[in-house]
Amino acid sequence: MSKRPSSGRKALSFLGANSVPIMFILIVGICIPLSGFSPAFLLNEIITRMGRNIFLILSLLIPIMAGMGLNFGMTLGAMAGEIALIFVSDWQIWGIPGIILAMILSIPISVVLGIMCGKILNASRGREMITSYIISFFTNGVYQLLVLYMMGSIIPIIHSSIKLPRGYGIRQTVGLLNMRQSLDNVLALKIGGVKIPIMTFIVIAVMCLVIIWFRRTKLGQDMRAVGQDMEVARDAGINVERTRIISIVISTVLAGFGMIIYLQNMGDMATYSAHSQIGMFCIAALLVGGASVDRASIGNVFLGVVLFHLMFILAPTAGAKITGDTMIGEYFRVFISYGVITVALIMYETKKRKEKAGMGQLLEAAQREEESAHA
Amino acid sequence: MSEMTSTRPSLGDRLRNLYFSFGLPRLIIAGMLVALLIAAPLVGANFWMQITNVINRFSWNGVLVLAMVPMVHSGCGLNFGLPLGIISGLLGSTLSLELGFTGPMSFLMAIVLSTPFALILGAGYGWLLNKIKGGEMMIATYVGFSSVSFMCMMWLLLPYHKPDMVWGYAGTGLRTTISLEGYYDQVLAKFLQIRIGDLVIPTGSLLFFALLAFLMWAFLHTKTGTAMTAVGSNPTFARAAGINVDKMRMLSVVMSTWLAAIGILVYQQGFGFIQLYMAPFNMALPAVSAILIGGATVNKASIMNVVIGTILFQGIVTMTPTVMNNAIHMDISEVLRMVVSNGMILYALTRKTEVRRA
Repeated sequence: MSKRPSSGRKALSFLGANSVPIMFILIVGICIPLSGFSPAFLLNEIITRMGRNIFLILSLLIPIMAGMGLNFGMTLGAMAGEIALIFVSDWQIWGIPGIILAMILSIPISVVLGIMCGKILNASRGREMITSYIISFFTNGVYQLLVLYMMGSIIPIIHSSIKLPRGYGIRQTVGLLNMRQSLDNVLALKIGGVKIPIMTFIVIAVMCLVIIWFRRTKLGQDMRAVGQDMEVARDAGINVERTRIISIVISTVLAGFGMIIYLQNMGDMATYSAHSQIGMFCIAALLVGGASVDRASIGNVFLGVVLFHLMFILAPTAGAKITGDTMIGEYFRVFISYGVITVALIMYETKKRKEKAGMGQLLEAAQREEESAHA
Repeated sequence: MSEMTSTRPSLGDRLRNLYFSFGLPRLIIAGMLVALLIAAPLVGANFWMQITNVINRFSWNGVLVLAMVPMVHSGCGLNFGLPLGIISGLLGSTLSLELGFTGPMSFLMAIVLSTPFALILGAGYGWLLNKIKGGEMMIATYVGFSSVSFMCMMWLLLPYHKPDMVWGYAGTGLRTTISLEGYYDQVLAKFLQIRIGDLVIPTGSLLFFALLAFLMWAFLHTKTGTAMTAVGSNPTFARAAGINVDKMRMLSVVMSTWLAAIGILVYQQGFGFIQLYMAPFNMALPAVSAILIGGATVNKASIMNVVIGTILFQGIVTMTPTVMNNAIHMDISEVLRMVVSNGMILYALTRKTEVRRA
């Protein structure tokens, strides 16, 4: 009945566990020569996108550690960051001070949203992901109510440049021109046409160190314990609910910071759509880097950003070369993003079931052994 | 009867019972709809026109909401993978047009042609959901999304040639919206249509929905139907009773998918257009929240839930824009719909239901 893992099986399981990154390396490998982009251009694009996205994706790590799966509710943090940026640009505080002020402003909003999200997720244990996914839609409705109807009418907005012509509500895009890349430009290096935003990378590096340190703290250990087995953690005296809420709050706050870094790089903000896809793309990128629903490392984040965004840059042109239609490539990359998440979720659930079945078999074998010992 | 008078003090109890069985969010939504109905004539909107709109929208969406029922019954949860069924319907309708059918015949052929797709896709989807018991809803969502984005490429690549369906200048690739004028536009709605002043009742569409709803009700009372419900409410018990759990779940998923395919065809005949590409993307959430508003939970749903839910949800969606616009010249209907529908789904997801793992 029981199967012994052979070395061949081990190799297969290694391939299986890393199939997504391997597949992406193959896709990218095929697409690079097809697209005809120069290496310098690609390198520049990738470095820009790394600076832009990594912080956002880092925000996903902590809920995964706490066993809450992929936090689709990171969109909440993104919205908090956007609200903070709207206020800061209304007050005309630009450059680095503007970014720092926006980050500070986003914290209370993120914390409130994070606590709400964490409480709802505690009430819907076992289906956290679908719930956090719906929360992001729900909060998007509240966000629109706030930004489209209440800003300018109830919440004072001074400058008419960001208001809609009708007198209330924020415009479709808020220009952040005076803030544009001000973080990226600090200590920026230019090597042969490739711009390296040193300061952004320093911020990212500090964040990575903080996450590594956090894992070793008492709270981090508690989170890991909760992630492994909630009941055992509870027996060990850990306040499971509180720990889970804290992990979501941290994730939301980090996502808020990440969104501000993302938008200062972009230079303008699509008020009503900037956050809507961000969760999906960040999660897809993390999964492309080889993470799964219950295990993700900083390495996954970096590998994921590089591979996913290479695919994103290459797909439209490569698609056009192959099929003669640019739209095919556009749809292809959307399909890949969703497909990757689907495959990762399926792999996670089948693995979970297999482990459960395996435990059952072990238990059965143990019982049989015991019985035969008695006999 | 005599008890009715003697138990007068228990009115409060009865109200409380009603409150608990109905649930607070549902009461709020029903109250909102009543308020809208009262407000409509006051702010100068044509009352009967509003009623007509609500009935119309009900007739478009009813079958799509009905498609939720089988999967909820078999314990597969809410069918967030509805777009998969919708895609089968879209394949059927575009094929029917491509093959040159017109008038009512094109509607019939669309149903016939979409059936094999629904069966095959549904079987594959059911097989997948049997592999990942417990994680159905999230995976269903993403199966829906990936299939929609996959079909976006296919709509461009598949060899359709009918001039009124493909892009004019290229000659290939289907248009985003295809008019059904001359095909099956209003084919059900015009059947036995009743007109009283401003009130127009699409009798045919309502009858079609009633027929499918009756068949669903009858099915749930057959031996197979009861077995399906047993699987949903207690899989361990069902297995002990000799029911093939996986087969029942598979059957329910295929039924859901087929109903979704039929549902989108009914929607198209009412709306008058086939919408391709990203259109099916956001069709699952309204259907899910409609059935939840009707009183269904993650593992319990009846035909009555479908009817009440669709009326309430579509009522809110159709009435708010006109009433709000007339009243305060501010259209917050879209935002309201987002908050109401997603709030309803959240409410259902946070209800305590026993953890079922087969």
